[in-house]
Amino acid sequence: MVAKLPKVPVVVVGMGWAGGIVSAELTKAGISVVGLERGKDRTTADYTMGHDELRYQHRQELMQDLSKETVTYRNTVSGKALPMRHYGTFIVGDGVGGAGSHWNGQTYRFLPYDFEIRSKTIERYGIEKIPAWMEGLNDWGITYDEMEPYYDTFEKMAGISGETVELWGKRTNPYPTPPLVKTPLMKEFEKAATSFGYKPFVIPAANLSEAYTNPDGISRGACQYCAYCENFGCEYGAKGDPAVTVIPVAKQTGKLDLRTHSNVLELTKSGGKVNGVIYVDMLTGEKFEQPADVVVVASYVFNNSRLLLNSGIGTPYDPNTGKGTIGKNYCYQVTSGSSQLFFEDREFNLYGGAGALGMEIAEYMGDNFDHTDLDFIHGAGIRSTQYGDRPIAVNRVPAGTPTWGAEFKEKSIKYANSNFPVKTQGASLPHKENYLDLDPEFKDEFGYPLLRMTYEYTDNDRAMGKYMSAITRKFAEEIGADIIDTNEEQGPFNVNKDSNTHNTGGVIMGTDPEKSALNTYLQMWEAENVFVLGSSAFPHNSSFNPTGTLGALSYRAAEGIQKYLKEGGLLVKA
Amino acid sequence: MSEQEKKNSVLDKLSSRRTFIKNSGLTVGGVVLGGALGSLLIKDEKSTTTTTETQKHATTPAANPNVALMFFTPNQYQVTQAAVERIFPEDANGPGAKELNAAVYIDHQLAGPWGSNVKDYRLGAFYKAEENQGPQIKILRKDLFLAGLDSLDKYSNKQFEVNFKELEAAQQDEVLLAFSEGKVELYGKVSSAQFFSLLRTLTIEGVYADPMYGGNNEMVGWSMRKYPGSRMQYVTEIQDEKFIELEPQSLNSHMGH
Repeated sequence: MVAKLPKVPVVVVGMGWAGGIVSAELTKAGISVVGLERGKDRTTADYTMGHDELRYQHRQELMQDLSKETVTYRNTVSGKALPMRHYGTFIVGDGVGGAGSHWNGQTYRFLPYDFEIRSKTIERYGIEKIPAWMEGLNDWGITYDEMEPYYDTFEKMAGISGETVELWGKRTNPYPTPPLVKTPLMKEFEKAATSFGYKPFVIPAANLSEAYTNPDGISRGACQYCAYCENFGCEYGAKGDPAVTVIPVAKQTGKLDLRTHSNVLELTKSGGKVNGVIYVDMLTGEKFEQPADVVVVASYVFNNSRLLLNSGIGTPYDPNTGKGTIGKNYCYQVTSGSSQLFFEDREFNLYGGAGALGMEIAEYMGDNFDHTDLDFIHGAGIRSTQYGDRPIAVNRVPAGTPTWGAEFKEKSIKYANSNFPVKTQGASLPHKENYLDLDPEFKDEFGYPLLRMTYEYTDNDRAMGKYMSAITRKFAEEIGADIIDTNEEQGPFNVNKDSNTHNTGGVIMGTDPEKSALNTYLQMWEAENVFVLGSSAFPHNSSFNPTGTLGALSYRAAEGIQKYLKEGGLLVKA
Repeated sequence: MSEQEKKNSVLDKLSSRRTFIKNSGLTVGGVVLGGALGSLLIKDEKSTTTTTETQKHATTPAANPNVALMFFTPNQYQVTQAAVERIFPEDANGPGAKELNAAVYIDHQLAGPWGSNVKDYRLGAFYKAEENQGPQIKILRKDLFLAGLDSLDKYSNKQFEVNFKELEAAQQDEVLLAFSEGKVELYGKVSSAQFFSLLRTLTIEGVYADPMYGGNNEMVGWSMRKYPGSRMQYVTEIQDEKFIELEPQSLNSHMGH
């Protein structure tokens, strides 16, 4: 029994950054929005007991309940995918704020090179630089200069703290707040970087460096460096989070009808248009049909692809033919090549930190260095961060130390405050056989197929990781640690061990409906009243955390949706 | 070290902790609006420093009501105590997992929803997995743990003709090593390495989780590694070239905010 509700102008699926931004922008413009969120509502009061490492990080308090839905994983197209039965690698946010509540707050713009990656790579190195398996590598259909105002809007809304970086795209305005403080370990990195002639910078952060009032009139206090960002919500509201920024703004208009515990099962369609969504109340099991003029799909990367595939909207990607688009260009993040430093007689105040606290260099990002004689394209940020080392999660010991027993205890305590890494964060480029589709066997609790991920690191990733490991090693030696462990090889992807939630792609943007699912307003080529928001729209992942670009694209989509409500039709001609 | 000396060393540690001068130093860089702590901070508009008294001072330690069993039998509890002590043994740094009440923590965890895997995906068939696909075993954590404890005794009896908890430390290490390498028959097709991994994870959690969960007795797990627990801010410390050791605070200190 499905209760049919009266039609509304816009229904938004998922109330994280993407859904929150669109809801705020549309409701401010006087448009009524129904916001459907499968989890609960949240405010800073929910985080009063937030410094609980066990509950939030190891029992995944803010994450989706996997007993209801997960993803299945295999590393090759011929393998059998099996469900991720408990959290190991990705953590998938749940509730108002979504991943924007539990993120670390590292907020970057992608490079001008990223948006025109195919053209610029061919221009400098020739077409042969792009291997056949990377044929899905494409320009995004929009340039950095066109993206710049949207980045600017997102950064002002969230109050990003940072300093201008010369090797990145031009900014029209400085960051709205100054960079975070430099800690002794960051100064070690800075000194080494400067000695090599690099220009180190403090990582741009959504952890506010000072009290800030944004253009919507939202005031937030400064970061206290309490070290509980990743996996945690910020009890101060100092971390940019939809639940303390765009959602309250949308609520204040009186135009947002926020329905929590509302899990969208499918989109309904007739002809080339979508009529609305069917959702279930997760507390009572009641089902509803919500018709709407525009459906905004703004859930997490995985569920964006899954909802479209389960609803028969768009053409599924086929890795054998390369045809179809939904599920295409799934990318991740390459973080191999790090060096771990251990000190015998230095202690750092590692119990303190912030999710985006760190220093980095841009010299090995994108095409900032010559790839003529290299067997990879794109690059990585080289960085040292100080998130705050929590004692259950972080027990770094020199290589060869046992994982338990007397020696483990002795070393893990000895080095608890006497270590830090020089790490890499590298780009992940599309491989023809890295993609998302529906699992043929495993289902969610309502009987809908789970999303199946087929993914393995590529030759590009392995070559890049090896190259970057020499640079992190050079840093470590210059800093002068007593023990240095460098990870030179990128091993196979492990769904239970790799720890990164920077998943991208599956519903990508572009200029050609044969090669992309969306135009640059994130409007679906095959269903003009559906907009699909999130890092699912990225044709590849750069060497950065995805949120800044996700936020900028959400502002652009909000503009497109308003235009579509007035004029209808495809906003960009194919 | 005799039992009595051990106790004294821990009591010394605890007593020095109690006399530590408390200064929670809630220095706030900017005016915090709308945060969960707003009510606390806004009370004191001009000043930027607030001092809170958070610990109760007792001259003699009261019995800890957390030390009681909701899952294990007394024997299972004792085997667990013996096993966790080998994962994280007493040494010059301070007490081991046994004295830190990691076995109490484990008992409480296995009794609760996590012990019954309520937030894990448990639908569909359980196939043999590739190493990089994560564990695909149907047995619940609580049952895996009990099967592991049984097996520890069976294997110890087979090798040394006594129960696990009666073995010498070096023999216990030998037994645990065999478990960690998946060499011991556990239950059906479940590997002993799965049990070992659970035991290792739970021990580390029991040593370092907030004391409200039953382990990390008197926060000594934290103080051994100079971890200050869940203090509200480190604005000054984080910029200091010198290491600053702070008295640990538990979540209990956040009550009343």
